[in-house]
Amino acid sequence: MIHPIPSGTRDVLPDETREVRAITDALRAVFERHGYGEIYTPALEYESVLARAGHTAQSAGSAEAQPAYRVFDGSGAALVLRSDMTVPIARVVATRYPTVEPPLRFCYLAHCYRGVRPQRGQPRELLQAGIELIGAPAPQGTVEALGVLCAALDTVGLEGYRIGLGDASLFPSLMAGLGVPEDARPRLLAALANRDFVGLEQELAGLGLAAQDRDLLLDVPQRRGGPDVLASSAGVVADAAANMRQVYELLDEKVAERVIFDFGLVRSIGYYTGAVFEVYDPALGAPIGGGGRYDELLGRFGRSLPAVGFALGVDRLHIALMGEERGTGALLR
Amino acid sequence: MSATNGLTIAVPRGALFSETVDLLEGLGLDTSELRSNDRKLLFEEIGVITMRPSDVPTYVEAGAADVGITGKDVLLEQAARGSGDLARREVYELLDLGYGRCTMVLASKAGPDPAAEALRRLGVMRVATKYPRIAARHLEETGRQAEIVEVKGSVELAPLTGMVEAIVDLTATGTTLREHDLVVREEIVECTARLIANPVAHKLRAAAVDELLERLRAG
Repeated sequence: MIHPIPSGTRDVLPDETREVRAITDALRAVFERHGYGEIYTPALEYESVLARAGHTAQSAGSAEAQPAYRVFDGSGAALVLRSDMTVPIARVVATRYPTVEPPLRFCYLAHCYRGVRPQRGQPRELLQAGIELIGAPAPQGTVEALGVLCAALDTVGLEGYRIGLGDASLFPSLMAGLGVPEDARPRLLAALANRDFVGLEQELAGLGLAAQDRDLLLDVPQRRGGPDVLASSAGVVADAAANMRQVYELLDEKVAERVIFDFGLVRSIGYYTGAVFEVYDPALGAPIGGGGRYDELLGRFGRSLPAVGFALGVDRLHIALMGEERGTGALLR
Repeated sequence: MSATNGLTIAVPRGALFSETVDLLEGLGLDTSELRSNDRKLLFEEIGVITMRPSDVPTYVEAGAADVGITGKDVLLEQAARGSGDLARREVYELLDLGYGRCTMVLASKAGPDPAAEALRRLGVMRVATKYPRIAARHLEETGRQAEIVEVKGSVELAPLTGMVEAIVDLTATGTTLREHDLVVREEIVECTARLIANPVAHKLRAAAVDELLERLRAG
């Protein structure tokens, strides 16, 4: 008898579990060694609690961040399956650590649930491994998180990875600095978040900006590469990239050589405020994970603290490791 | 190193093919085999793979090709909102290549508009299309109820048989519409060929992608 399971989920059998377990054990050990204590939270949360993070069906951003599975309990309260671990941990900090002196360090290995189009490395039930560093401001907190990220990837044996580093405030401050009308800014940001540079160019053309400012707004988010990208920026662009430069100056050399500076990096999740980053590996055509600063999220739960974190998709990491081992995969031709 | 800096390019067969091949030849690629052998799919020595236009975003998103060329109509259809939110392709749209220009239109039979009559008397119009998401989004955004009928072949047949009152389709010159006694009622969006890129290749092969972009811009 064949009994189906929902699209985007799967049974993990012993051969796969052994391999996944080797990865998760290594990640857990790295996180613990850096002082991050593992926590579990319920897979089900009150919808009203996650809505504090802006996680509602009405909010902007991609479907990825929105809870996609909703049930009602016996009393009629709406429950959702969590779509990430960052928001539940923000709830935990406000509720269980209301007076504890920061910084707080947590790690997790947990399943999250998203209404995505199921494809390779993108299940709807997604095993994430990550950390949250609460109460450590930029740039030091960001530098620590990037250090743990590289240590984790090095330990599991991923070789070809690079870390794209951007700043969620870069393009908004550039738009403000160049006098883009406020009502046009969300449209420009949406084009950028959709990775649509043709759309961005069309939006910019209709704004009546000076030609050089218009060209700058189209060119800057396409700048990415080594430290020379940072060094070559001047004037209003250099001001907007100041946060990235501060992070870069504090990075350990081994971490710095993995970093690609990306002035156009925008994460689809809306709560990021400062540094944002993504992990790329030539063995996979999509990011393996990512994270960033969310300095305003904790405040929405009643304990205002700066914070930074990242999550790795364990399945994607597994695919990339196997691709590197076999010398095949998306960009390894 | 090939003329494409070692990048693999997904090239659309069909309406955009010949202008795309001209473009690649302009970049210095040896396109003789690409032109002469229309059964071959993989041209490894020049870094080209060929496929139908609607498959280009699929291969590029997966990283099987670093960059690709396809129509804006394909990108819009695969990016439309609603339930289609799930279908948004994770690719960069880098450049409007300008060729393959055509318009997505809503058309119906000449004379009094049967779609308007259906909407007035029945509250809903039936629309046949190969682009169900674009059609649904356009009608939703303009506040009209519609039953979308997805067809795979000649859309013009659907209103002539009375199965639907209108169609949403791509037209370049309007000849096919005229031949079937159909008139354009609304222009929805103009579409051209676009250069797209895989998000990881866009970062890890930034120099090669930017150089290609620069040369295409310079035309």
